Amino acid sequence: MRSDILVIIFSMAIVTFATRFGCVALFRQTKMPVWLERWLRHIPTAILTALIIPALILPKGQVDITLHNHYLLAGILTAIVAYKSRNIVSTIVLGMGTMIILRLID
Amino acid sequence: MEYEQATLQASKTKIDHQEFYQGIIATGPILLGIIPFGITCGIMGLTAGLTQVETVFMSLLVFAGASQFVAITMIAGGITSWIVLAMTTLLVNLRHLLMGASLAQYMIKQTLPKQLLLSFLLTDEAYAVTTSRIYQKGYSAAYHLGVSLSLYFSWVLSTLAGVLAGSYISDPMSWGLDFAMPATFLVLLFPRLKCRISIIVCIVSALLAVAGSIWLPGKWYMITACVGATLIGGLLEGVQKYEK
Repeated sequence: MRSDILVIIFSMAIVTFATRFGCVALFRQTKMPVWLERWLRHIPTAILTALIIPALILPKGQVDITLHNHYLLAGILTAIVAYKSRNIVSTIVLGMGTMIILRLID
Repeated sequence: MEYEQATLQASKTKIDHQEFYQGIIATGPILLGIIPFGITCGIMGLTAGLTQVETVFMSLLVFAGASQFVAITMIAGGITSWIVLAMTTLLVNLRHLLMGASLAQYMIKQTLPKQLLLSFLLTDEAYAVTTSRIYQKGYSAAYHLGVSLSLYFSWVLSTLAGVLAGSYISDPMSWGLDFAMPATFLVLLFPRLKCRISIIVCIVSALLAVAGSIWLPGKWYMITACVGATLIGGLLEGVQKYEK
């Protein structure tokens, strides 16, 4: 392994670990204030939404609200199934199935 | 008495084992998206001029898909200053601070080695699956570990598959399997939208995420969406409490 690449990999690893452990390390020392807990309660909903919506609306990096956007079409159907069934297996099977069919017919 | 304690300990270990396996199983659908992503990472590493060992080593140590893709692309473009790459990685991964803050209240009750290990393994996917389990049944470190390790080994092994199979596979990202991730997250999201405030948080986050994806570089849209939407959520809750 080349030393310059090794330095790059190590520095990336250290920086990444710092972002992952930073807050845990901070709250080991001090107790979390109540207002912060109230704020943090909504993080999962916000993060899940921020992971889903751009993946469906901008799958290739640009806004694509057309019938050619398979991610959006399959996403809408998947959302309906997820809402109705609340079942991960049937949602994934139906969602991926739709995705494959869309790819075959387009 | 001692016997009772021993059986109590034994049943706790048994529950931990079960929850560990439940965590592994819960990552199943997401792996459909991770594996082609990892294979692509392996192929891209080679294309950028990294060796097989270097590419896999990066997945082993960094374990952060998005920032690895960015770094590999930059290396391919001739940028090899470790300071530039470390800064870029920091910016791409800043969102982990928010996830760490959200999980900290549960993680600080674990032993330090476990905290370090679970932190090292923290990803978007592990966070999404673990918090959904917290929402349903409460936090379990064994479950969290099962989820995290399953994602870690899948990532490393699929990078390895990518560097080994490299030239035989044509663009695995074009298979559309990455759709498994938003699909899984949809199932995890809906049960959370029970009250008015969480629906507002979801809508605000969606709008900010789309706006951020259009106008902001890299993964900044996640930080903007998350900070903006949760601030509004927190404020609304304060107002609601005041009204009561």
